[in-house]
Amino acid sequence: MLSHLRPALSLVVLFTLLLGLLFPLGFVGLGAVALPFSATGSLLERNGQPVGSALIGQNFTTDRYFHGRESAISGTDPKDPSKTVPTPYDGSNSSASNLAPTSKALHDRVAADVAALHKGGAAPGSIPMDAVTSSGSGLDPDISPDYAALQAGRVAAARHLPVDTVRQLLAAHTLGRTLGLLGEPRVNVLRLNLALDSLPAKGDTGVGVHTSSR
Amino acid sequence: MTTLGTVEILLTLAIVVAAAFPTGRYLATVMEGERCFLSPVLAPVERGLYAACGIDPKQGMSWRGYTAALLLLNALHFALLYLILRLQFYLPFNPQGITGMPPAIAFNTAISFVTNTNWQAYTPESGVSNGAQMAGLTVHNFLSAASGIAVAVAVMRAFAAGGVQTLGNLWADLTRATLYALLPLACVFTILLMASGVPDTLHAFATVTTLEGAHQVIALGPVAFQEAIKELGTNGGGFFNANSAHPFENPTALTCAIETFMLLLIPFALPVTFGRLVREPGQGRALLVAMVGILGLGMILAYAAESAGNPLLHALGVDQAQGNLEGKEVRFGTALTAMLNVGATGTSTGAVSGATDSFMPLGGLVPLFLMQLGEVTPGGIGSGFYFMVVFALLAVFVAGLMVGRTPEYLGKKVQAREVKLAMLALLILTLWILCGAGLSLVLSAGLAALSNAGPHGLTEMLYAWTSATENNGSAMAGLTATGPLLAYGQGFAMLFGRFAVMVPILAIAGSLAAKPKLRMTAGTFPTTGLLFVGLLVGVIVILGGLQFLPADALGPIAEHVGLRTGTTY
Repeated sequence: MLSHLRPALSLVVLFTLLLGLLFPLGFVGLGAVALPFSATGSLLERNGQPVGSALIGQNFTTDRYFHGRESAISGTDPKDPSKTVPTPYDGSNSSASNLAPTSKALHDRVAADVAALHKGGAAPGSIPMDAVTSSGSGLDPDISPDYAALQAGRVAAARHLPVDTVRQLLAAHTLGRTLGLLGEPRVNVLRLNLALDSLPAKGDTGVGVHTSSR
Repeated sequence: MTTLGTVEILLTLAIVVAAAFPTGRYLATVMEGERCFLSPVLAPVERGLYAACGIDPKQGMSWRGYTAALLLLNALHFALLYLILRLQFYLPFNPQGITGMPPAIAFNTAISFVTNTNWQAYTPESGVSNGAQMAGLTVHNFLSAASGIAVAVAVMRAFAAGGVQTLGNLWADLTRATLYALLPLACVFTILLMASGVPDTLHAFATVTTLEGAHQVIALGPVAFQEAIKELGTNGGGFFNANSAHPFENPTALTCAIETFMLLLIPFALPVTFGRLVREPGQGRALLVAMVGILGLGMILAYAAESAGNPLLHALGVDQAQGNLEGKEVRFGTALTAMLNVGATGTSTGAVSGATDSFMPLGGLVPLFLMQLGEVTPGGIGSGFYFMVVFALLAVFVAGLMVGRTPEYLGKKVQAREVKLAMLALLILTLWILCGAGLSLVLSAGLAALSNAGPHGLTEMLYAWTSATENNGSAMAGLTATGPLLAYGQGFAMLFGRFAVMVPILAIAGSLAAKPKLRMTAGTFPTTGLLFVGLLVGVIVILGGLQFLPADALGPIAEHVGLRTGTTY
């Protein structure tokens, strides 16, 4: 056993230096030089200010924006540290609901979401699954084209835009399967909403018309 | 279930199997110390390491020496990792000022990473600093995988020739597996992942102002390099809590397929290495066929269950065309999520691209059952191969019993000592899993840890003990595993699951190595054809799987029946 001590100890130390410092730091350096956008989190900027990451969803709640999926992330209540409260799309954490398919909590949550969507005008039986389920990370940046289409009317109305304009924008932001095979068709919600905000004249006229009609 | 989804799965599997052959032959070359295309660069580094550590790579070790060296190295690694996790607050690269891990969680985590389990009782974003991720967890992702390769190759050598007294030099095996196999592969895939969007930075978390004017803090870190070895080394410990469901660990559908490829590559390659080292490629192929067959079937079954959707939600008026998306990401859908999760439980990786806890009952049964089979389809890096050899020995033993002849495997007589040790390795795991899960389900501390009620709660606990003992590390993550019962109980389960199997197998290897290598005669049961593959699969399913059938009937199978009758819990 003692004869093994020197090789064991020195391998532990040398491998820690090689695999735990030299290579990880080397790749951090390489990322900073060669792939600065993705290596630092794919942050999107508007007017020089970071507004989010292209890969991380945001908690959109107003009618003016397309909404992402349910996020099951929770965190400590700032008012009472002994409690946890929902903190949807908290990017400093990540979590799924972990509710079983037979869970009553899941059933009740979905039933409430379905009722809300029906109230918003969704036809019965047409609600896509991603509209009422929570994602695996709680940070899913995407929704399905079906769920986006379901929201197009609401967003157009809130922005006083023709629905067709919103639908065209949506079509332009719909991504197909990778190589026509892998994954599912999807829409990146943050990119779509950024594009909505940058729609020129029409949006402004819309607001103008709205004001004058009042 | 769509044709496209099935093609995604079968095509990925086919690509891994095709890549496994050259990889396996390459591993045989480097593990035998022969020159390869990387030698001009790496041979000087290798020699330097040997010189600095006082290692003579040509000095063979008996099975006892090999085992002792391995246990010593693992003990030192455990101690170092425990210290790093406890003291991370005082160590460099901690921009978030994360405090030291509490003792129970640090104990659990250190064992978890040393044993290649990578069960995560902690929340990475708030619980581990960048420095501890790199110098602690990443290093062990390499070395626990290299240990697996080393032991697997030591077992292979026992079959290669007759009258062999030594199994090789552990230090050289570890060094070669790390330098020539794991590190170059990790470098290539780090760049691929980074280019796909996986971050790799030492910056503090980013703070952004969202379009609606709220503040969002986004966790960052040196992710890409760790992600690469996490998959390649079948480790599975995520940089983030959501593991490979997190967009920063697995940003696209393509990376999901690449990560599945990475975690299957070396486990599929090792049987090929075996065939090469024993100079009978057919022997390795037979083991590979059994592994690929069971895993492929599992992936398709899980995909079928997930893509069929949830009838309870269908009844609420939700269209189930996308399948069961609770706990899944839109970019992956059900096919890729089922593929990665099943691939990661068929190996001992334990990574997840969606929440296994929210899988349909039969979809969740697949990963659970693959772990219960003993992690051999294809199993963890190295550990899957050497446990597969245990099953092969039992298969020839069963065949021998049928015809009343002393069984042989690759010309080595399999006798009472080997069969006893093989059964010990097999039964010890079952005992630990069922006793641990059973005990936790009657103790109030165990029941309080569950997040779901009804049969699914039982599944959660059974899954946790199976995962820890079989060194998988995936979880039905609703379970709260931070209490002392689970933190220490699971810690010992992982320790036991790793070494109470590894040591008997090294003992078998030592005993078989010393035996003469017999010539194959007309009376020898051939271990290359489909007949053997069928027998092997039968032994795996009956010996490995049936022990757990009663427990599974109370968990996922009962839940499935409940779901069909519209019951919620």
